[in-house]
Amino acid sequence: MTDWPILSTVTFLPAIGALLVLTIRGNDAAARKNVFHISLWTTVVTMILSFIVWGMFDETNPGFQMVEETAWLGGAINYRMGVDGISVLFVVLTAALMPLCIIASKFSIEKRFKEYMIAFLVLETLMIGVFCALDLVLFYVFFEGGLVPMFLIIGVWGGGRRVYASFKFFLYTLLGSVLMLIAILAMYWYAGTTDIEYILSDVSFPAGMQTWLWLAFFASFAVKMPMWPVHTWLPDAHVEAPTAGSVILAGVLLKMGGYGFLRFSLPMFPLASADFMPFVFVLSVIAIIYTSLVALAQEDIKKLIAYSSVAHMGFVTLGIFTMTTQGVQGGIFQMLSHGIVSGALFLCVGVVYDRMHTREISAYGGLVNRMPLYAFAFLVFTMANVGLPGTSGFVGEFLPLVGAFQVNTWVALFATTGIILSAAYALWLYRRVIFGPLVKDALRGILDLSRREQLILAPLVILTIFFGVYPQPILDVTAASVDHLLIDVQAAIDADAALTTAQTP
Amino acid sequence: MNPIAAPTGDELLTILPELLLAGGALVLLLIGVFAKNSARAVMMLSMLLVAAAIVVLFLVPVDSGPAFYGAVVLDPFARFMKIATLVASLFALILSSGSRRKEVSERFEYPILIMLATLGMMVMISSHDIIALYVGLELQSLALYVLAAINRDSVRSTEAGIKYFVLGALASGMLLYGGSLVYGFTGQTSYEGIAAAMIGHDLEVGLIFGIVFILVGLAFKVSAVPFHMWTPDVYQGSPTPVTAFFAAAPKLAAMALLVRVVSEPFGAAVDQWQQVLVFLAIASMVLGAFAAIGQNNIKRLMAYSAIGHVGYALVGLSAGTEEGVRSVIVYLVVYLAMTLGSFACILSMRRADGPVENISDLAGLSRTNPMMAFFFAALMFSLAGIPPLAGFFAKFYVFSAAVQAELYALAVIGVVASVVGAYYYLRIVKIMYFDEPAAAFEPMGGQLRGVLVLSGAFTLAFILFAGPLNELASTAAGTFF
Repeated sequence: MTDWPILSTVTFLPAIGALLVLTIRGNDAAARKNVFHISLWTTVVTMILSFIVWGMFDETNPGFQMVEETAWLGGAINYRMGVDGISVLFVVLTAALMPLCIIASKFSIEKRFKEYMIAFLVLETLMIGVFCALDLVLFYVFFEGGLVPMFLIIGVWGGGRRVYASFKFFLYTLLGSVLMLIAILAMYWYAGTTDIEYILSDVSFPAGMQTWLWLAFFASFAVKMPMWPVHTWLPDAHVEAPTAGSVILAGVLLKMGGYGFLRFSLPMFPLASADFMPFVFVLSVIAIIYTSLVALAQEDIKKLIAYSSVAHMGFVTLGIFTMTTQGVQGGIFQMLSHGIVSGALFLCVGVVYDRMHTREISAYGGLVNRMPLYAFAFLVFTMANVGLPGTSGFVGEFLPLVGAFQVNTWVALFATTGIILSAAYALWLYRRVIFGPLVKDALRGILDLSRREQLILAPLVILTIFFGVYPQPILDVTAASVDHLLIDVQAAIDADAALTTAQTP
Repeated sequence: MNPIAAPTGDELLTILPELLLAGGALVLLLIGVFAKNSARAVMMLSMLLVAAAIVVLFLVPVDSGPAFYGAVVLDPFARFMKIATLVASLFALILSSGSRRKEVSERFEYPILIMLATLGMMVMISSHDIIALYVGLELQSLALYVLAAINRDSVRSTEAGIKYFVLGALASGMLLYGGSLVYGFTGQTSYEGIAAAMIGHDLEVGLIFGIVFILVGLAFKVSAVPFHMWTPDVYQGSPTPVTAFFAAAPKLAAMALLVRVVSEPFGAAVDQWQQVLVFLAIASMVLGAFAAIGQNNIKRLMAYSAIGHVGYALVGLSAGTEEGVRSVIVYLVVYLAMTLGSFACILSMRRADGPVENISDLAGLSRTNPMMAFFFAALMFSLAGIPPLAGFFAKFYVFSAAVQAELYALAVIGVVASVVGAYYYLRIVKIMYFDEPAAAFEPMGGQLRGVLVLSGAFTLAFILFAGPLNELASTAAGTFF
């Protein structure tokens, strides 16, 4: 049983579910029900398996675990899977968000339900694959393959400007990632292999080459993340995507950028990362302050949350590139927390959108009178978005700031103003949508959360508060791998410094 | 002067597939002329003959050395590319037999011309001498000119034929002129002789001119920019089954010939031809990507797409390494599969009042014919080079070869062009999936459906057998290194 390739199972189970869905014929209510149940159960089983992976994971081991290897493209390009402390929780996050997305889509998707579910299941396979891949080419295949289902999800089931948004999403991210492909090829010919584990431990690229490779990877991850100024695809994509699409986009796809920085940029190109540290800090701080201000001016709820996502991702890049334990741990924590919180916020938007079919802030107001449960859930997530102590958002913003403070006080100072701004836009949004008198006629008959919606939001509320009060389960998992990573990075930087000193006459 | 000896058994075996096709084509011609209403039978028999030639190629011994005084050779590369070309021709015949166009289904000359063109391609691929090269190329080209104009009552078709003929004749002339320069400066026509004559001293200017002229002639045949002008018109003007044939087999054969010419006789002049190929590759990729954006006719769009793809294949070749040749071979095989599948879809674009060719006619295909839309979309994503489809791996290998040869600028321009190119492929997906349905097409014929499913399955499952195919291509590429 120990030899069972559990990571491949977790990865490809959703794809098998998609094949099953494909075999269902007909367009009537019964077929729809079957499609829904197959999709739901596939994702639930995947989620349970991902919990098993988490359970089997040895927290004291900083290396890769549950490694699988099979010959694939020939040469030194093989199919390799494995997880370490950095990636394992992303697998769990992805697998855990998926059933919620499926349930949330049950009624809101009216046309082409079957194709919708297939797209989501295929997307899940590709997303989990990204976090499990231990080969550069395999990683790239999963990373870029995810564009196709997301393109279709936005384009087929999206809102009014869906065509524009889907093309922008696709071409923006593609342009970023093709440069990474060239970098991967250059690494392949230098290292003779694309085995991530081997490159991490045994290969150090020359300093000049690192700069170029770092920039190529940065182009890809910065777009995916997204960092200012290449974030403009995100608000469009979010606004037009269906609710579940937004949840996945904010919850998982954005995390691939941060994950990429941690898996590749930092440990493989430590010298370049150190050189570019100020550059990343500047971009992160601009992202935090500027996009928070932009969020303040939005009139569309989804767009506001989208801009706030960019700001929150700024904390992630900030934390990661401080190269301190707190910063990196905090970056990972912020990504996981944001995955839960922003996903939940988009689900909350979906709840009112399903009822009123508008996302204009001005169309709402006074919802607390008719929807107390909804108001409560939305409040928790808004507070987590702001970073109120006691919610997971606090930990996720506090730790990167601690890291930043050790490295550069000014950066920490400016970044902290972002928290104030986030309080401004988030609370203002909450006031305009939830509080105030219920004067709009259209809202008088609005219903509170249904059982199904409660079922979706309740676990997220619990997780948000639980990890805010007790973040230890997450930090324990990441600690060993992060320490290992930072020691390696520091060693590489020190070695280079020693070399430079030795060469100076 | 040696006395001319009778061909030995080995020599005959070397050209057995060619003999089969040549003899078969002549017999079929007789049948076609003397038996009334035999078009259908001739089509079936020609398919059988092409299939038989494929089987023979698997059986005959490889690498018995050059035959017929060094004119032709059957090495692993030749065998691989010949099989691929024959498969392309076979599928083109299958697609044609599924077509309802009269000029294709009621004329017995049509399959015979395809067979003769294929024969020419096989001679090209096997050529080991500039004269053999030229003879093969002309046999292929003349058959293709006629095929382009086979719908003689249509102005567009005859225009396509004339255009193709005039420009093609010009290119053949250049090639021949280049060949004569090479002969003049080396005193040799055989590839071995030319290669030997080039070793050991600086290349003379006249010889370089000769190389460039030959490359120009071949660039025309593979439709690389700036010698691509004929492609969109010929693609659009020819009857669609003919276009399907043009897009696959001749491209394959001409690229194979280009690979052979730069690797065998001119292997020592890498520095000279590399710059030419790099330029051709960049120009083709960029023009193919940008010019296709504005197209509304699907056949024209496929023409620009073909130009772009030739550019990518040339990226691999310009690396000038074994890795490069291997990547070109894989690229061609993948491209062949994608093209045939795409044309199966284009051939199915027909309503009650006849075939349609505008991209907008595909609107909402995902609802009127989900199966066709799904495979067509997969092919489009694959042509755009999106993983995990076949087209990605094809591009991956050619860029890998370019990076290995340190042609970084070429690789970067290539991938950026592929992003631009992705736009127009996505546009087709958008029209099929995002737009409101237009009137449905007539149901797909069995042959078309079969070809589409095969090529779609190839594209989707390529990720599983990319390794083994690469091994085969390695053996083929090993011929030159």
